[in-house]
Amino acid sequence: MAGNGPRTLFDKVWEAHVILTREDGQALLQIDRHFFHEGSHHAFNQLRARGARVARPSQNIGVADHYVPTRGRGNAIADDTIRRMVQQLSDNAADHGLRLFGLDSPAQGIVHVVGPEQGLTLPGLTVVCGDSHTSTHGALGALAFGIGASEVAHVLTTQTLWQRRPKRMRIAVEGSTGPGIAAKDIALSIIARIGTDGAQGHAVEYAGSAIRALSVEGRLTLCNLSIESGARSGMVAPDATTLDFLRGRPFAPREDAFDRAAEAWLALPGDPGAEFDREVVLDGAEIAPIVTWGVSPEDALPVTATLPDPDRAADPARAAQIREGLDYMGLHAGQRIADIVVDRVFIGSCTNSRIEDLRAAAAVLSGRRARIPGLVSPGSTLVKRQAEEEGLDRIFTAAGLEWVESGCSMCVGMNGDLVGAGERCASTTNRNFKGRQGKGARTHLMSPAMAAAAAVTGHLTDVRPLLEGRA
Amino acid sequence: MEPFRSLTAKACPLPMSNVDTDQLIPARFMSRPRSAGYGDFLLYDLRFDAAAVPRPDFPLNRPERAGSAVLVTRRNFGSGSSREAAAYALLDHGIRCVLAPSFGDIFSSNAVNNGLLPARMEEDAVEALLAWLDAGNAEVTVDLESRVLAAGGTRWDFAIDPVWRTKLLNGWTDLDLTLSHRTAIDAFMEADHARRPWAWLDGPAGPAALG
Repeated sequence: MAGNGPRTLFDKVWEAHVILTREDGQALLQIDRHFFHEGSHHAFNQLRARGARVARPSQNIGVADHYVPTRGRGNAIADDTIRRMVQQLSDNAADHGLRLFGLDSPAQGIVHVVGPEQGLTLPGLTVVCGDSHTSTHGALGALAFGIGASEVAHVLTTQTLWQRRPKRMRIAVEGSTGPGIAAKDIALSIIARIGTDGAQGHAVEYAGSAIRALSVEGRLTLCNLSIESGARSGMVAPDATTLDFLRGRPFAPREDAFDRAAEAWLALPGDPGAEFDREVVLDGAEIAPIVTWGVSPEDALPVTATLPDPDRAADPARAAQIREGLDYMGLHAGQRIADIVVDRVFIGSCTNSRIEDLRAAAAVLSGRRARIPGLVSPGSTLVKRQAEEEGLDRIFTAAGLEWVESGCSMCVGMNGDLVGAGERCASTTNRNFKGRQGKGARTHLMSPAMAAAAAVTGHLTDVRPLLEGRA
Repeated sequence: MEPFRSLTAKACPLPMSNVDTDQLIPARFMSRPRSAGYGDFLLYDLRFDAAAVPRPDFPLNRPERAGSAVLVTRRNFGSGSSREAAAYALLDHGIRCVLAPSFGDIFSSNAVNNGLLPARMEEDAVEALLAWLDAGNAEVTVDLESRVLAAGGTRWDFAIDPVWRTKLLNGWTDLDLTLSHRTAIDAFMEADHARRPWAWLDGPAGPAALG
């Protein structure tokens, strides 16, 4: 417990939301923002079963993303299940009088893109959603974490949540990263270093000069992947970059109200001497373009490396994991990663679908042809519009990639955008789990620029030579 | 919610690390209402081949493991997606307790909210237990009161957050308790409106944004 001593960013946000603390240490937290989506139907059904109503409607915002089609917008959805899921979301929102960025909203998109884009996510807020990538919103200095359906029902009914205070972990990336290195490379390097359970039970704060140098978009990517190292939340302290991002956003405070809020936000960064339960430091200069090769995000290596040999692993469980990963992915020990031939690319998802991600991919693809098919799904309808104003869509389509509408799409395949069984996909998403992009699909995670490079060459490729002489 | 006190049942080994919630229940099954039952979807793509035929060598499909209520598995079980359907699939399949060295944070919280015990055991103890099961044994007793697992002649301690232990022992859900604090909640939020007007989307200064 922090007491009156120096406090971390996490301590300050947590303590401002504690309504009461039980004898056993559980705290009842006020929840400032709850985002819901099509998958939240279990929770609304729980409310219905109890005859309960939403306690604070204004603080609950719906977004259609998990099941939405990325093609043929404006027409009726052909698939019965998908149509029912999208309709059910609208019905639940209407029934409880909740704001909804529905399928036809001009600001529709992926919930973790829409929240920050609209200024619904602000520093110092508690943000929850029935989706593990809610950690994304911590990039703005919010305490944001994914919850399950029972917890969603609890938030809808009370606008609060019981939580045990997590431990605090600081992950610092010092120095500066080299050219062609994206936030995704930093995040995957962290996960490879500490493991997919490395930050379990901890609230992470990302710090250090390489993190401070990231744009808000890069920070969103970084915090998005916190859950892939086991942390329910990841945060970056608000600074001038954060304020510049938020000013003028539709739901952010305006004018004098913004200045008053900004004063409170700039008091949130940790006090000098504030202590963490655990600290990890990485050297930014050592981070290389990185890809995953196995079926866990911790199975990540620089693109210049070769695949590990299970027979050389010291620990039998680790050897089993390597063997299982190579087997599922159709790869062999000692193979050069840059020799792995890819069948398709996907650029999108709550991890990497913002305008800077699309610009990074377009910078590689400009004037080049993709050797393999691919899908580009912008993170929101507003990102899509901006990309089209900048001509990025024409770069993608001229390269031979498909430019579609916004949604979770091929990251999780719930809308029917699937990678075929046995097919290998270079993907800017967050999970290379077995079957994540479709039954039997093989996923390699990487940055948008690296995915674009794989599209151009048809195999996993170091993007850096392809960027020489370009922006 | 059904209280969890002590359970004597068959255990099934699942000697895998990082069994994520996408494997526990693939996303394509999650559009169904809970009342339809989720047990058939548990670990679907591992249990069944492409023709939907059960893989005979998969532990949960072996005849001697039928009716298992305890699952023994390696580190980082339930990592990944927040889908509570993963807990539904386990429970609807008859699993009441999972023993592993570590669990995904969101999964364990969902498990406890549904009366499923995520019990943490040391890595060495899990390996020993897996070997014991592999030798053809099955019956274990999980005692939550004493936090002891008994298998054959051996007893191992397991760990669980004390708050979760109490909750499981009593079959409590959070909501009734929270509603008993309604006055304190209302007062806190009333004061918060004045303290942090920017945090609220219902005030007179609320944005005239689209949505």
